Parts: sequence; structure tokens; C-alpha cells
Amino acid sequence: MTDALPMRPATRDAAYNFAYLDEATKRALRRTILKAVAIPGHQIPFGAREMPLPYGWGTGGIQVTAAILGPRDVLKVIDQGADDTTNAVSIRRFFNRVAGVATTTDTRAATIIQTRHRIPETPLREGQVLVYQVPMPEPLFRLEPRLAETRRIHALADYGLMQVKLYEDIAAQGEVGSSYNHPVMVGGRYLMSPSPIPGFDNPKMHRMPALQLFGAGREKKIYAVPPWTEVRSLDFEDHPFRPVRAPHACSLCGSTGSYLDEIVTDDRGGRMFVCSDTDYCERRR
Amino acid sequence: MILRAGNLSLAFGAVRALDGVSLDLWPGEVLAVVGESGSGKSTLLRVLAGQMRPDAGRVLYADATGAEREIGALTEAELRRLWRSEWGFVQQNPRDGLRMGVSAGGNVGERLMAAGCRHYGTIREEAAEWMRRVELDPARMDDSPRTFSGGMQQRLQIARTLVTRPRLVFMDEPTGGLDVSVQAKLLDLIRGLVADLGLAVVLVTHDIAAARLLAHRIVVMRHGRVVEQGLTDRVLDDPRHEYTQLLVASVLAA
Repeated sequence: MTDALPMRPATRDAAYNFAYLDEATKRALRRTILKAVAIPGHQIPFGAREMPLPYGWGTGGIQVTAAILGPRDVLKVIDQGADDTTNAVSIRRFFNRVAGVATTTDTRAATIIQTRHRIPETPLREGQVLVYQVPMPEPLFRLEPRLAETRRIHALADYGLMQVKLYEDIAAQGEVGSSYNHPVMVGGRYLMSPSPIPGFDNPKMHRMPALQLFGAGREKKIYAVPPWTEVRSLDFEDHPFRPVRAPHACSLCGSTGSYLDEIVTDDRGGRMFVCSDTDYCERRR
Repeated sequence: MILRAGNLSLAFGAVRALDGVSLDLWPGEVLAVVGESGSGKSTLLRVLAGQMRPDAGRVLYADATGAEREIGALTEAELRRLWRSEWGFVQQNPRDGLRMGVSAGGNVGERLMAAGCRHYGTIREEAAEWMRRVELDPARMDDSPRTFSGGMQQRLQIARTLVTRPRLVFMDEPTGGLDVSVQAKLLDLIRGLVADLGLAVVLVTHDIAAARLLAHRIVVMRHGRVVEQGLTDRVLDDPRHEYTQLLVASVLAA
């Protein structure tokens, strides 16, 4: 990485308000976030704004980050674990310009980490905030198309339906099968979508010292898991949830405990497995 | 007494769907509600099951502990608990009562999971057992109900409803839309299960033959009113109200 050390521009672009959104919007967002933290796992609607990037690229996460960002924060943005993919680079550069905050790729140095599809391998600590980009906040949406009905299900904690989906996974694939976006129960009360992180990352959410915030821009929902909250992956007694990773060592750093991406290297079946968390991988080499 | 309705009234605008309907249901009893289309029988079923609120009157249910509960006074959480434990609902169209995107086994297992069962093996066993009981091949457990015939879908819906051994089942034209030979088999199956499990059933039908086969008692409805009620054989063999006479007379003899 070229910007492994905190990078700070001389000045932020003064044509924009700090962190792009206007102050009233940020205040409304913070109120929503407070509500979300007060009711762990419960989805709170908010008035999502148009952002200068398309839906599905992280409009929810970017609004949450904008609302909590302060001038002294150090921001890290990852996409599928990597700091150097288009989405991560664009969002990091965006905040670097409109907020003038320092950015980093070092998980330990960051105060706010915006993520898509991964939780960093390096354990997070108290005081850090992990902001997830969420495409579909409603864990029941494939099972129950009526939103009014899903709200009622959440209100009554009537989650038998979700168990039916897990049953279907096992019946079809022989294991508690969602390899990503595996639903969790938060604080023993609310069923929550962890966003499309791999099941491998689910255990990291349980009693995490950092605050976890989830923003869904198109669906206009924010939810949260406060530090040290119980997060349990749904499963069956005789088919317990098992985090899965490719049974290989990273080709670059040799790690046997991190989540791996499979990379096709040629058109003759050649492939290699490397850590999806680029920061973790580089630090180990 | 397991279910008691007193003086139910419900109007849709100028149409009086229910007009002072009262009835009692005893444990283990099958009560058929017959009448022509628009006589208010399906509305009655919905009101009894708490899916619709009457304008006046009330429905009392004696739960498993023997306590009398007024359906209209239950919270939504309590009502839903009844729906998925002590009560069952069999729809006329199995596609309304089944989850068509979920496998047959998942459909049967849903109520078990809703009741808190979290053991996959137990759920599979129960589902297979219930598929056998309704004469479906357990080997087709992982197939989608879409690949089942209408009669099989209806039997699957019955298995799904009965798997938690409810005390009271509401059936809305369970044999409607099926061809005659399939109807006969299904009626036979329902009769066997109802007797085995000692279910109380409210059966809405316009099929007099189905009512004769299954019901202990019959309620005849017309224009939202109960015009006649009594033991099945009495009502069908010796109909007193002229409308009942017409209804019985219009059954085609094969």
C-alpha cells in the first residue's frame, strides 16, 4: 500500500460542508444512530440522502460515516477486505477531500473503519467504530415479501420462518449453509442481517469491543450492535453453525487462520489462495 | 365446550355478512357450516379464527388449560401463539396455506420450528412421519410443493397443519377444486385423522356430501343468518327450513 501511514491533505475542499452532508442531516442521522444503539439489532428508518455514488456502492455506509466523522478521526475503508479496490479507494479519497480527515490502511491506527463484506482479521478494540455497507437490511426479505409483515414478525420475535430457511439450506446442501449473510440473533432479541460478510466473520461480531453500525442507503435503514453485545448465529442443535474458510494457507503470507480469496491465475486451471484482508496479509509478510 | 360464538354480526357496507350468528363447538366435534356462495360462511370462519373482528358479538375459546379466552380481547402475540400451536387453518387453495418456495419437509416442519424445535433430525423425522400419515412418499420430502398435484398439495397442507397436534382446526372448503375421486380419498383421510387425533373442526363447505361424511353437526347459513342447525343426519334427512330442503334436494345423485 502506498498510503499505509496516515495521509492528510493540506486542506479540505471548502466548497463542501464538512463530510459532505449538511449539519441538519448529520444531526438527524446521529439521532437515528443513537436510537439504533439503544435497541441493538433493530432497524431504524432514516431519510437517506442522494449521495454522489450509485446505490449498491455504499451509500448507506458513507452516510453513517459522514454523520460520525470528526476532524481528528482516522478513516480506513475496505471492500471485500481489500484497501486497494475501486470502491475502497474512491470512498477513502472522497472523505479525504470533503472532510480533510487522515486516512489509513492500518486497522490498528483507524478510529472508523467502513467496510463492505468483511470484518478485518486484526481484532478491533474499544473506541473503534466499524461501519458496514448493507444492501438489504431485512433478514427475512426472501421469505416474507411484505414489509409490514416482517415488522410484525420482529415486533413479536416470531422467528420460526428464519429457521425454515436454515432447514432448507441443510436439506439442500447438508449444512447450515449460507456461506455469507448468515442471520444472527442480537442480544437474544432481534434477528439481524450481518450484511453480506462471510459466515467466517460472524463469530467476530459476538462481544466485539468496537461499536458496529450498519447503514442501508437504498432501503433507508440504520441498525447497530453496541460494544460487547451477544451476537449468535442461527443454527440447529444437531447442525451447529460452523465458520468456513478455504482449507489452504495464504500463498503470500502463509496464514492458515485468515479468510482467503481464490484467485484464478491463468486459463489452465491455475489458481492461488490469498488473504482477503490485504492489511493483515502485508503486515505478516 | 371448546369454542362458543355469541350473536356475531358483521356488515360490509349494506351487506350483512353475519347477522346474529351463535354457535357452540365441543372438543372432538366436527361442525360443518354449509350454505351457498355469499351466505357468510367464510366470513364466519374468519371471525371465529380471530382473523376478522365482528361488529358485535364475541367468540370464546377454552384453551388447553381450560381457561376461557375471549378471542377479540387477545393481544396479537397471544393470537399468533394460538394460530401456530393450538389451532390450525386449512385453506381451500393449498397454495395459500403452503409456502410454495419451501420444500415439502420444510412446510411440514415450519410449525415445529415456530414452536421452538431446533433439532434438525427430529424435525426431519416428524415431517417424514406426517408425510406418511397423509399418504405422501417421504422420499419426496425435499421436493418443492410446486411439483405436487393439487390433491397432494392439499394433503401436504393438512400434514403441515396437524404436525403440532392442534386442538381446533378451521377448514375452508378443503376439498374444493379437486376432482371427485381425489376428493373422496381426501375426505376419507381427513375423517381418519380427525378421529385419531380427537380434533375439533369447523368445516366450511358447500358440498353436502362432504358435510355428511365428516360432520357430527351441521349449521345451515343463508344471508348471514343461521337458518337451521342440528345433528348431520337429522338436518340432511329431515330438513325443516325450506332453504335447507332446497339445498339437500339439489345434490346430484350419481
